[in-house]
Amino acid sequence: MLLKDTIRESQAFLNRAIIAGLLVLAAVTVLIWRMVQLQIVDHEHFTTLSRENRVKVLPLPPTRGLIYDRKGVLLAQNRPAYSLEITPEQVEHLDTTLAELAKVIEISDEDLERFWQLKKRRRRFDSVPIRVNLSQDETAQFAVHRHRFAGVDIKAQLLRHYPHDVKTTHVLGYVGRISQRDLEQIDVSNYAGTSHIGKNGVEKTYESALHGAVGLEQVEVNAAGRRVRTLEQAPPESGVDIHLHLDIALQEVAMKAFGDNNGAAVAINPKNGGILAFVSQPGYDPNLFVEGISTKNYDALQDDESRPLYNRALRGQYPPGSTVKPFMGLAGLERGAIQFDSTAYCPGFFQLPGNTHRYRDWKKTGHGTMDLDAAIVQSCDVFFYKLAYELGVDQLNDFLSQFGFGSRTGIDLTGESTGLLPSREWKRRAKRQPWYPGETLIMGIGQGYFLTTPLQLAAATAAIANNGTFYTPHVVDYLSSRESGEVTPIPPSAHVIPVVREQNWEDVHHGMLHVIESPRGTAKRIRSERYKIAGKTGTAQVFTVAQDAEYDEETLEKKLRDHALFIAYAPADDPQIAVAVVVENGGHGGSVAAPIARAIMDAYLYPDEPPALDGT
Amino acid sequence: MSYSTRQLGDLTPTNPNRRQGLLAVFHIDLPLLVGLLLLCGFGLIVLYSASGENLGQMERQALRIVLALAVMVAIAQVSPATLRRWSPWLYAAGMAMLVAVLVFGEVGKGAQRWLDLGIVRFQPSELVKLAVPLMIAWYLAEKRLPPSWQRLAIAAVLIVAPVLLIAKQPDLGTAVLVASAGVFVLFLAGISWQLIGGLTVAAGAAAPVIWYLMRDYQRQRVLTFLDPEKDPLGAGYHIIQSKIAIGSGGVYGKGWLNGTQSQLDFLPERHTDFIFAVLSEEFGLVGVLILLSLFLFVIGRGLYIATRAQDTFTRLLAGSLTLVFFVYLFVNTGMVSGLLPVVGVPLPLVSYGGTSLVTLMAGFGMLMSIHTHRRLLPT
Repeated sequence: MLLKDTIRESQAFLNRAIIAGLLVLAAVTVLIWRMVQLQIVDHEHFTTLSRENRVKVLPLPPTRGLIYDRKGVLLAQNRPAYSLEITPEQVEHLDTTLAELAKVIEISDEDLERFWQLKKRRRRFDSVPIRVNLSQDETAQFAVHRHRFAGVDIKAQLLRHYPHDVKTTHVLGYVGRISQRDLEQIDVSNYAGTSHIGKNGVEKTYESALHGAVGLEQVEVNAAGRRVRTLEQAPPESGVDIHLHLDIALQEVAMKAFGDNNGAAVAINPKNGGILAFVSQPGYDPNLFVEGISTKNYDALQDDESRPLYNRALRGQYPPGSTVKPFMGLAGLERGAIQFDSTAYCPGFFQLPGNTHRYRDWKKTGHGTMDLDAAIVQSCDVFFYKLAYELGVDQLNDFLSQFGFGSRTGIDLTGESTGLLPSREWKRRAKRQPWYPGETLIMGIGQGYFLTTPLQLAAATAAIANNGTFYTPHVVDYLSSRESGEVTPIPPSAHVIPVVREQNWEDVHHGMLHVIESPRGTAKRIRSERYKIAGKTGTAQVFTVAQDAEYDEETLEKKLRDHALFIAYAPADDPQIAVAVVVENGGHGGSVAAPIARAIMDAYLYPDEPPALDGT
Repeated sequence: MSYSTRQLGDLTPTNPNRRQGLLAVFHIDLPLLVGLLLLCGFGLIVLYSASGENLGQMERQALRIVLALAVMVAIAQVSPATLRRWSPWLYAAGMAMLVAVLVFGEVGKGAQRWLDLGIVRFQPSELVKLAVPLMIAWYLAEKRLPPSWQRLAIAAVLIVAPVLLIAKQPDLGTAVLVASAGVFVLFLAGISWQLIGGLTVAAGAAAPVIWYLMRDYQRQRVLTFLDPEKDPLGAGYHIIQSKIAIGSGGVYGKGWLNGTQSQLDFLPERHTDFIFAVLSEEFGLVGVLILLSLFLFVIGRGLYIATRAQDTFTRLLAGSLTLVFFVYLFVNTGMVSGLLPVVGVPLPLVSYGGTSLVTLMAGFGMLMSIHTHRRLLPT
């Protein structure tokens, strides 16, 4: 039955083969079902995933606007710089990577320190620089090893640079890396590609104009996240350029004139409130902050006794001292307490009725009979004690506040101090004490609680020069768009201080003119042959001398010496510039502060001639 | 039984009534050849894209295809009777080399698969892929079918021994292929359904043992298969990216050379094990169906050849080789589409690489030999 067997086996095999074939078909059906599920049912889902995989929307950061001075000198620019940056989210073992990186490229302890510090404050997925300002050689060196370092890349970017470094710091401020705190105040999406933001000064006030608007780019990336090609692009809108009233030549002259002294000088154009010079001595190099300052450098600045980080012009609060006297005189004339020719006798001290306490004049022997002009020229204290007493604190406060004392000027810089114009109400609130009449006298010579900032003094001086038109000081003159060529002026804003008698301005002007022009004037040494200066010296006590004790400049420690102040405007007949100078612990205003003001005015009025600083 | 068929066969080694063309002279089965050439051609087109338009890679693969076809034609000349005589020797040689590989073999990718013969490096498991079905078919064809329990047990040992040796290398993919080759012979030989059921249960019980024997990377593959999303950037990356590639291809695909998953390196091992995902992304469901149709045609032709085979040995061999070819296809596509765990099985005839190509073509050579060396039978 061999044949039968063969047939039977063949039949059995056929059965099994058919079953196998059916199984194959079943399996293929399962496979096709799977494909239908993936390619038809879930197609949308996977298409999205695929697009997310390959398409990245990259922000295109705008180019930051430039900053120029009034003559078109570039004060803040953008320089191409290469930095080596790490995105911590893309690095598995940061420490190992850093160690490996150090073998390829030089990394100092300072670099490391800055890295960890910036890493703490950065936004998520922001890259953090480990090295800045790479040389071409270093860039090439890393490029060779780049494949070994996921999440580490060379970043080419335009980095802010301040060519006049220390001369512009206190006006321009600087930009720094965006911190978590900055994030709360900005439109995060607009800053998607931006690493830096204005931290203070003009850079901060005009941040939105300088920054511009972010652009977007859709790029195709590969699995390693590297760009393959660009799909779509919406270009960024560059930041707007800013033109300042500031004159860098004046800044330079003023800083030079300060020498080793600390203090502040503010020069204002009385015709529009534009800030021509804005100096706080000492300054510091803002470029240090752009890429993140090291703790060592920062501590050095922070611990420096001369406090370079402190913006004295904007935030420093000093008693105005005798510089308040022209304002006092005007108050007396306006409120009818005195006439321009009223006189008072100065025996060297003043006493309140029914009180034995002697309010001393700076000149022990007294000035004798004084009218307003003489009292301003010689800075007689007793004349103004008397005037203050007659006006009373309420009228003083009311009148002086019109010149901006005791409140922020509204300048386009942040962090301005208010100063302090004392009043009964203020004293009750702050000190929980009544106002004492003696305090009115002290206030009348710009001492006591009375505090002003150099900026306030300059603005108030400009208002005097202007016959009462008080311009809000501002740094920026106009904005100009590089893209559209459009120019947006920052219009000056002003209010007028009303007077009963226009002639009163002239009386005060004369007094101030004579401070320089009169042989008895306290600032006669800065008299110029070329133009007339009107001004007023001031001395602000830092250290209260006890009743009957002597103030001896020579024996006092420098930091306890009086602050020297000077306010001025020039030319006296058609004021172009108003200046306020404070020299900390400088002693007398006429000898230290006035020459600085003169140097600034010379540089402004005669820009093409070398400064004559010898005091004529 | 075998005696009588051999006698009949000896009288007429070839069928004198068949068309005497070049194809017949060289023992080539035209439908099978056409199917294989279409598959290889389609494969080359996909490979060109998957390799990143690398012409050099394509040329090398084309050369391998030519070589493998030559091997196929050569084997087609060998008569089934000769194959049958060789079977035990091939099996013995394969086993010896598997043992040698474990002792002297070269390590590559954490596994010991290669045997360096001085001139060529050789993967004995490839030989075993053919030797096992030959051996089991030879062994079972000696006696009446269905086989006795005793013979079945011996056959099982003959299968399990090389499978274990290969799994130990470890090469899970090949072990699966070799095991299925042997099992298909048993299945086609008509073992009882009760036994099949019993073996299935036993396999389930053996799972923990297999788990214990697996290497870390194999366990990882299984775990990843069960939950790929758990580790999207690590082990699950392959499956997730390949599913995205397939799914985003849709019905018509993104077009040749336009697969973003493939061209932008998101898809790993895209020109080897994952080439099916490239095809699915760029040619869509339509491309998948064309590919599957070609495969089904080849498999169908194989099964047809098996049913038309003239004796038990050739029937079992042809059936087993054809079904293993399908297992290749199913395991690969299943793994790429996330139906099965990732085991290293290439897409037959399409994936880049030469070793498995030669083995596959040798198998098809045997199918052609079986179909073309016909003897007159009184049926």
